[in-house]
Amino acid sequence: MSPAAQTWLIFRRAMRLSLRNPVWVIIGIVQPILYLALFGPLLERVASTPGFPGGSSWQVFVPGLLVQLGIFGAAFVGFGLVAEMRAGVVERMRVTPASRVALLGGRVLRDVVVLLVQGALLVLGAFAFGLRAPIGGVLLGLAVVAVLGAAFASASYAAALRLGTEDALASLLNTLAVPLLLLSGILLPMSLAPGWLETVSDANPLKHVVDGVRALFLGETASATVGWAVVAVLGLVGAGLALGTRTFGRESG
Amino acid sequence: MIEARALTRSFKTREGVVGAVRGVDIDVGPGEIVGFLGPNGAGKTTTQRMLTTLLAPSAGSARVAGHDLVREPVEVRRRIGYVAQSGGTEPEARVGEELVDHGRLYGLSESEAAARGAALLERLDLHDSWARLVKTLSGGQRRRLDIALGLIHEPPLLFLDEPTSGLDPQARANLWAHIRSLRDDHGVTIFLTTHYLEEADALCDRILVIDEGLIVAVGAPEELKRGLAGDLVALTARDAGDAARAAVVLEARSPASTPEVEGILVRFHLPSAAEGLPEVFWALEEADISPIGVEVHRPTLDDVFLSLTGRALRDEPAVA
Repeated sequence: MSPAAQTWLIFRRAMRLSLRNPVWVIIGIVQPILYLALFGPLLERVASTPGFPGGSSWQVFVPGLLVQLGIFGAAFVGFGLVAEMRAGVVERMRVTPASRVALLGGRVLRDVVVLLVQGALLVLGAFAFGLRAPIGGVLLGLAVVAVLGAAFASASYAAALRLGTEDALASLLNTLAVPLLLLSGILLPMSLAPGWLETVSDANPLKHVVDGVRALFLGETASATVGWAVVAVLGLVGAGLALGTRTFGRESG
Repeated sequence: MIEARALTRSFKTREGVVGAVRGVDIDVGPGEIVGFLGPNGAGKTTTQRMLTTLLAPSAGSARVAGHDLVREPVEVRRRIGYVAQSGGTEPEARVGEELVDHGRLYGLSESEAAARGAALLERLDLHDSWARLVKTLSGGQRRRLDIALGLIHEPPLLFLDEPTSGLDPQARANLWAHIRSLRDDHGVTIFLTTHYLEEADALCDRILVIDEGLIVAVGAPEELKRGLAGDLVALTARDAGDAARAAVVLEARSPASTPEVEGILVRFHLPSAAEGLPEVFWALEEADISPIGVEVHRPTLDDVFLSLTGRALRDEPAVA
């Protein structure tokens, strides 16, 4: 059986289990919808502030929410793996000759599919609230977010395998979440920030991803901003998958 | 089936490098049921995780099911089944799905995996459980499903980690019968860890005892028990005078073992009570002593363990 077929097998299994208990998938989509409904209207006023990027406030806000979904939806998938480890499922799979890449890849693929469904629902909801954006840009934006999700899902699985408990994973995520969120310009664009803060946030690849998806929603496709986003997201997914496969291949203590 | 030489595993901790397994040799022949016995923390699980490719040895080498553990882990994985103590089933999955998916990871086709899975459920008394959710199975049923998963690719060698821990006595006896049948009817070689002495006694052809990372004894259960002082015999004499005279007779017969006298009781050891007792009665008869009762205590593996390691099996490991 080829690694691709094994990946597909693990994907099918993971998907089947997710669909059997879809409550987490639903919770994952409720949160961005709440942001749309309760935070979005505030931004319509803020959009007139000097320094706010062009386009409607929704074209700024929805890409941010998409990236947030890509990061945090995926970053929490490790909790599912901790449960699988506790049930012994991971170890049972690791004594089979199956490719270690497939054991990781199948799960990540499931997470990306779930993320794309959630992202599509979010965009449709946003259209109802007043978002207008070119369809090509939206689709490319979703693609960027899917790759970003793959990066965070892999990293989350790697962290889960190393840490082994929900508690340790939760502390790690809490520690990382706030600085990442604040320095990425997800909620408010970094162009509003004072110079020093903008410089600091430039070092955060997520900021470039957010900027790139915003540019895509404004109809840019061949701009430098989009290029940086693609570079950032490819770098992140490369690092995430490398970390994930190394950890899956490695022995667990 | 297993040929391990100086297998070693050390862990780095804050206190320095700790040797969990400090150079063990293990030989298991085809068709054997070998028990791996030791208290918690003795290195049982670490050794088994090395032999199943889950943990890389720090030193030493091993061939498992005909392949080198370190250089050909994938070949080893193809030929071994492993049933972990915690099991390995997803509570929300259906029994049939787990079997088919697991078989597919070994490269079986969907239909082949389904056919083998169904046959295994039949063999392990899990009829009609194909469509059930794993979480609805009882503890004993779930353990048998774990074993079915470990057998889906028909491995010649099966590792069982504490197969009956947490099961009630009836489920345990039932599982023992299934394990025996794996070897007797299907020729599967079995390497099992346990800390239940009665389990090792009931199931295993040979036993390896591990303590503090070293193998301290190897042998058939009977052999290990015979290695002790032997059976303890307690004779009840008619009165204290007879008891004292009996002690003198017994000591003259075998000066190595001094009988203990306590009132009308005389206690002494015999290598084998079954073979030695008639002669003892003869000697006493000649001295005109007729005991009115006799009790024989055969050593258990508990006694073996105690004499080998200086502590009972369920004790906490000694502080190093």
